[in-house]
Amino acid sequence: TLRLIYTTTAVQRKNVGASGPEKYTEAFIKKQIEEFNLGKRHLANMMGEDPETFTQEDIDKAIAYLFPSGLFDKRARPMMKHPTEIFPEQRKIQWGEDGRPFHFLFYTGKQSYYSLMHETYEKLLNAQKYQDQVTAQDLPPQKEKKNLAGSRWLTKIELEEMLLEKLSDNDYLRFILLLQKLMTLPCGDIEEKYIQKFSKEVPAQLQKVVIEPLKYDERGVAFSTGEGTRKTARATAVVYDNGTGKVTVNGIDILHYFPVLQDREQLLFPFQFLDRIGKHDMVCTVSGGGRSAQAGAIRLASAKALKSFVTEKEVEFMRQAGLLTVDPRVKERKKPGQEGARRKFTWKKR
Amino acid sequence: DDKLLSEPLSHPDFFNVKELFSLKDLFDARVHLGHKKGCRHRFMEPYIFGCRLDQDIIDLDQTMQHLQLALNFTAHIAYRKGIILFISRKRQFCHLIENTARECGEYAHTRYWQGGLLTNAHIQFGSGVRLPDLLIFLSSLNNVFEPHVAIRDAAKMNIPTVGVVDTNCNPCLITYPIPGNDDSPTAMELYCKLFKMAIIRAKDKRRQSEVFDELR
Repeated sequence: TLRLIYTTTAVQRKNVGASGPEKYTEAFIKKQIEEFNLGKRHLANMMGEDPETFTQEDIDKAIAYLFPSGLFDKRARPMMKHPTEIFPEQRKIQWGEDGRPFHFLFYTGKQSYYSLMHETYEKLLNAQKYQDQVTAQDLPPQKEKKNLAGSRWLTKIELEEMLLEKLSDNDYLRFILLLQKLMTLPCGDIEEKYIQKFSKEVPAQLQKVVIEPLKYDERGVAFSTGEGTRKTARATAVVYDNGTGKVTVNGIDILHYFPVLQDREQLLFPFQFLDRIGKHDMVCTVSGGGRSAQAGAIRLASAKALKSFVTEKEVEFMRQAGLLTVDPRVKERKKPGQEGARRKFTWKKR
Repeated sequence: DDKLLSEPLSHPDFFNVKELFSLKDLFDARVHLGHKKGCRHRFMEPYIFGCRLDQDIIDLDQTMQHLQLALNFTAHIAYRKGIILFISRKRQFCHLIENTARECGEYAHTRYWQGGLLTNAHIQFGSGVRLPDLLIFLSSLNNVFEPHVAIRDAAKMNIPTVGVVDTNCNPCLITYPIPGNDDSPTAMELYCKLFKMAIIRAKDKRRQSEVFDELR
């Protein structure tokens, strides 16, 4: 420890804030866990239940019954949870009784991050040695498939949680670059397991899209239905196979219902995208909205209906073209103190 | 207990570190090679044997003496259960040094040195920290070819230092300088091996003496 030679009286005042957040010792946490278990049994006896089979949900219900509170924030209400959930996971004191730290990189400051870098670098050296051995023995190079788009690296926050330490952006970037370098080498199975610890699966968007099977009507013609919305318009479309390209809206032909060319183009766009202009018939019903909104709603409905006629790849193309996404734009409300949603009143200097 | 601690101090070479290395070993590991004449530091001139084709050659007799003193000192520190910290800022040897430190059971710091590690330790680590009792510099310059901050900080905190000083380094504030090459891989491996053997010998002797004391 340091030997105090001379300081001014100002320094002798204890700086409470500088010591950081309160650190919990292991003995304290153990005592809290014992008290929690005792309290759980008392609570079970109070409620008349069996102390052995008293789960966390029962505890929550009992506390809500015994201490009713009208506070809006759930986290402000009285709660009784296991101490590991209440006290955040912290680094316990890193050195033993004689003062010697446990980890050999303790004096660097960021021990878990640097030990991680050390291990990753060791894996890199092993991979290089293995590659040298393979080339020395003149064996054919191993071709291994690598999943290009199915995985992503851990984010900085996830890595911080894993290491229980704060990282800087530079540190995180360096670690990711090391991992990428390790991945580019023709590494064996050992390194793949290590790398998988730091990568996560990204589920492809396609799995969420559900393609319905085709239905057949009395004449044996395949058809499928779809629904679409745009602003306030709601539309349902029924697309029939082996057709001539006739489109009927609310019992009226499109030439009469949509005199404007732009609306008719919107209706035909899904068919034009899939090169099926003259092959399908369509019967739609639409209500609400205006001229353009109804056209957009029918377009969405027909695109959804066409999903069942088409291969999965083309469905993915349609999704990327934006034919299957609902347009979220609606009329923005007018605000007080302004003339419209965005337009302000004319500003007069005097 | 007092006898345990005072007995090694009566012998000049209690741990027999002289037998760990010889002049030929140092020469084979290319410890005598220094930098070019232009890089020479003024305070390293007493340790330099001569200059051949503009490259400085370090005097290996002086290196032997300094190395023996330094290894003896580290062995004594390890015998008294002191904390030893290996420092180097050379990227090539960072992995080797960390492995050496781990195998000895001591500590290493081969990364970016944060300003207040020694001087501001109570705030950076916690309140009951124990600072290292010896710093071993396996390369005394940092990546910008300036003297490492830890030399100055150790002098401030009264911590003894052992360091390998090359011809472009400043040996002033280091308590046990070892003039020698710090750039060749063979030289670094030799130093790591020597320090590791010295520390392990000292720790084994300590354990043996404690066992003998308990048996009595």
